[in-house]
Amino acid sequence: MQHTMAMRLSSSRGAGMPAARSSSSRSSSRSAARAGRTTAVKVVATSRFEASNPFMEEMRATAAHIATRGKGILASDESNATTGKRLESVGVENNAETRRAWRELMYTAPGLGQYISGCIMFEDFLYSSTAAGVPFVDVLRKEGIVPGIKADTGMQTLPGTDGETATQGLDNLGTKCKEWYKQGARFAKWRAVLRIAGPGQGPSTTAIMENAHGLARYAQIAQENGLVPIVEPEVTLGPGSYGIEETAYWSERVYSHVFRLLNEYNVVLDAILLKPNMCLPGLDAPPATPAEVAKYTTRTMLRTIPAAVPGIHFLSGGMSEEESTLNLQALNEACPNAPWSLTFSYGRALQATTLKTWAGKQENWEAAQKVLLSLAAANSQAQLGQYKGPHPSPGGGRILQALRTGGAGK
Amino acid sequence: MPIPADDASLAEVAAALAAPGKGLLASDESVGTIGKRLEKAGLVNDEETRRAYRELFYTAPIGKAGISGAIMFKETLQQAAADGTSFVDCLTRQGVMPGIKVDEGLLPFEGHDLATGETFTRGLDTLAAAAAGYRQGGARFAKWRAALRVDASRGLPSERAVELNAQQLAQYAAVCQAAGLVPIVEPEVLIDGTHSAADFGAASERVIGATVAQLWRQGVALEGCLLKPQMVIKGADAAGGRAAPEEVAAATLTVMRRVVPAAIPGIMFLSGGQSEEEATLNLNAINVMAQQQGKAPWSLSFSYGRALQASVLKIWSADSSRAAEAKQMAVALAAANAAAVRGAYDAAGKHPSVTSDSSLREAFRGWHGPTASAPAAAAAAVAQ
Repeated sequence: MQHTMAMRLSSSRGAGMPAARSSSSRSSSRSAARAGRTTAVKVVATSRFEASNPFMEEMRATAAHIATRGKGILASDESNATTGKRLESVGVENNAETRRAWRELMYTAPGLGQYISGCIMFEDFLYSSTAAGVPFVDVLRKEGIVPGIKADTGMQTLPGTDGETATQGLDNLGTKCKEWYKQGARFAKWRAVLRIAGPGQGPSTTAIMENAHGLARYAQIAQENGLVPIVEPEVTLGPGSYGIEETAYWSERVYSHVFRLLNEYNVVLDAILLKPNMCLPGLDAPPATPAEVAKYTTRTMLRTIPAAVPGIHFLSGGMSEEESTLNLQALNEACPNAPWSLTFSYGRALQATTLKTWAGKQENWEAAQKVLLSLAAANSQAQLGQYKGPHPSPGGGRILQALRTGGAGK
Repeated sequence: MPIPADDASLAEVAAALAAPGKGLLASDESVGTIGKRLEKAGLVNDEETRRAYRELFYTAPIGKAGISGAIMFKETLQQAAADGTSFVDCLTRQGVMPGIKVDEGLLPFEGHDLATGETFTRGLDTLAAAAAGYRQGGARFAKWRAALRVDASRGLPSERAVELNAQQLAQYAAVCQAAGLVPIVEPEVLIDGTHSAADFGAASERVIGATVAQLWRQGVALEGCLLKPQMVIKGADAAGGRAAPEEVAAATLTVMRRVVPAAIPGIMFLSGGQSEEEATLNLNAINVMAQQQGKAPWSLSFSYGRALQASVLKIWSADSSRAAEAKQMAVALAAANAAAVRGAYDAAGKHPSVTSDSSLREAFRGWHGPTASAPAAAAAAVAQ
């Protein structure tokens, strides 16, 4: 049965390639008008929940700001355990102070706001300050960077499945959102993970329904409390020789379910952001070129993501820093008139070399900040379709990370 | 512009139907529906009258005026102009693709009646064979209409109606694509009622959202289909008179952006309940606003029936020797709406329409079956 699905994908739906449509079938007057457009999109509230939500206008403005062309998100919301592993990998002792200092290094990089419009934080650091006592949220806001908060408490395995996971964190979420908002957060993020076990073995219906439900419930609660929800349904890069077209198929299936539920739960799409995976073949399959990644990823987005969503912020997953930039550039070349911003929400792809450069040593502080800024700048150019290289961190293999369950938010 | 070659992909055909500045003539009224209109205009409802009426459109130069496709009723697909040229040839020779209505009308759910209740649509059982035949006969695209009703006091549209109609639309679309026809997917949310534009928008989001989800579920290639929704307008019986075109535009674009994937090349609005002039003004306002704001990756076009026909019928039914004038009216109406697709219709100028008859109160709209009276036909249909 699974095989039939994979076969069906190539015969009945593989053909259409909409990427060229944006230039060939749109009239030139439309493109010209879009290039010089000044009129803000006017949104009409269609539900009384939307009409009576006092945060709605602010959330739409926040989402639009984060999706500003030429900018993207710095994902720095790793749990303490994950952060610890990374610090230790470059010889830095893992404690509360080193974790705080590492964040301070990134958040105080001068001029970061030129390239970064939003920063996802781990809860501890929403409430932290620089060594000089300036709250991180103030440091970021001064640079025009919107503080955001990781809202989920991690994953647990789903019983009755082959190691698939569900994401936890709905209990008390409304109360937590209110507190985070008070502290200065204006957006949140919830990561759901789906996996392809092998060729023809995509995520089970159980896993898709459970994770789509979690995302929709979280998004609804976040919007009720003034936080723009980043919806992250990650079809994760994993072992296996499945091809890129199969990733695209399962990604379509997952996003279709997610958006169906967002619709049913009255989540206002004009005030969310999406954080999906790019379409990549399995780790044991031949790697795809940036052009291939762009072809399948843009096709998947065009098929499943409504234009109302202001920004699609791709995760970097296991991609190397250079691969993350090259692929983002290819996406924007393939889809120059996309209705949403095709941009980034990168963690590892902005941090790996930055961390290595710092290695916990004060004398490396500025150099490490420069690396972060150059990585952010490269991805900013890629968002605009203007990245030319050379990359600040060329080469570099995949930066893989095992899925972690049972963390309970720590 | 020549129509796509026979072996063109569905995506190419759909893109051609939704090309910039182009739209569709919906001339697929069933025998019963067109019959009521002919009779209301003082004409006899017989095959020759129906043929002569359709000939006005298909032999007028509507292709040059901006029509990319004409939806036909199955009887019409077999008919010809007075000089013997088949209607299919009349159309294809002027660059207009023939399309075909493939549903067999609405049927009310048990306990519901057609005028006030909820319905589903007939025709799936025989669709595969019929579709193959229509493709052979020259049709390049198809259309299937579902109708949903907004009435908050009764909880309409109900989940049952939304889900069943969405599934049927998706099944129809999959069967048509397999037969080489581009499916026009029409989940019409009826304009009848006292609802606000916001409530209509909410219902449209539910209905279109469910439809799109089912399209994916059933393996329909979105690049090779078109959507035919209603614009987001307050109910026909709502207080406050007609909405301004800019209000219709803002509400419609809000909803379309939320539920229609960019992969669908064209949104071809229906004109049900609007007068000819309203349909043009609203479509123009939608396109002007879309050009100003962006974030509108599909064509925003028309698949108009009454809005392209009412004045034509008025002229011709008054005096059949005014056929040439009637044909000029067909061209003028088409051209006005093609201009509206480009956001270039002169809203301050004079619309060619000579009637304000919105035919909103057509109780027989969507009727199933031939000229039998309403209750008898419904009883007969349910009894089958």
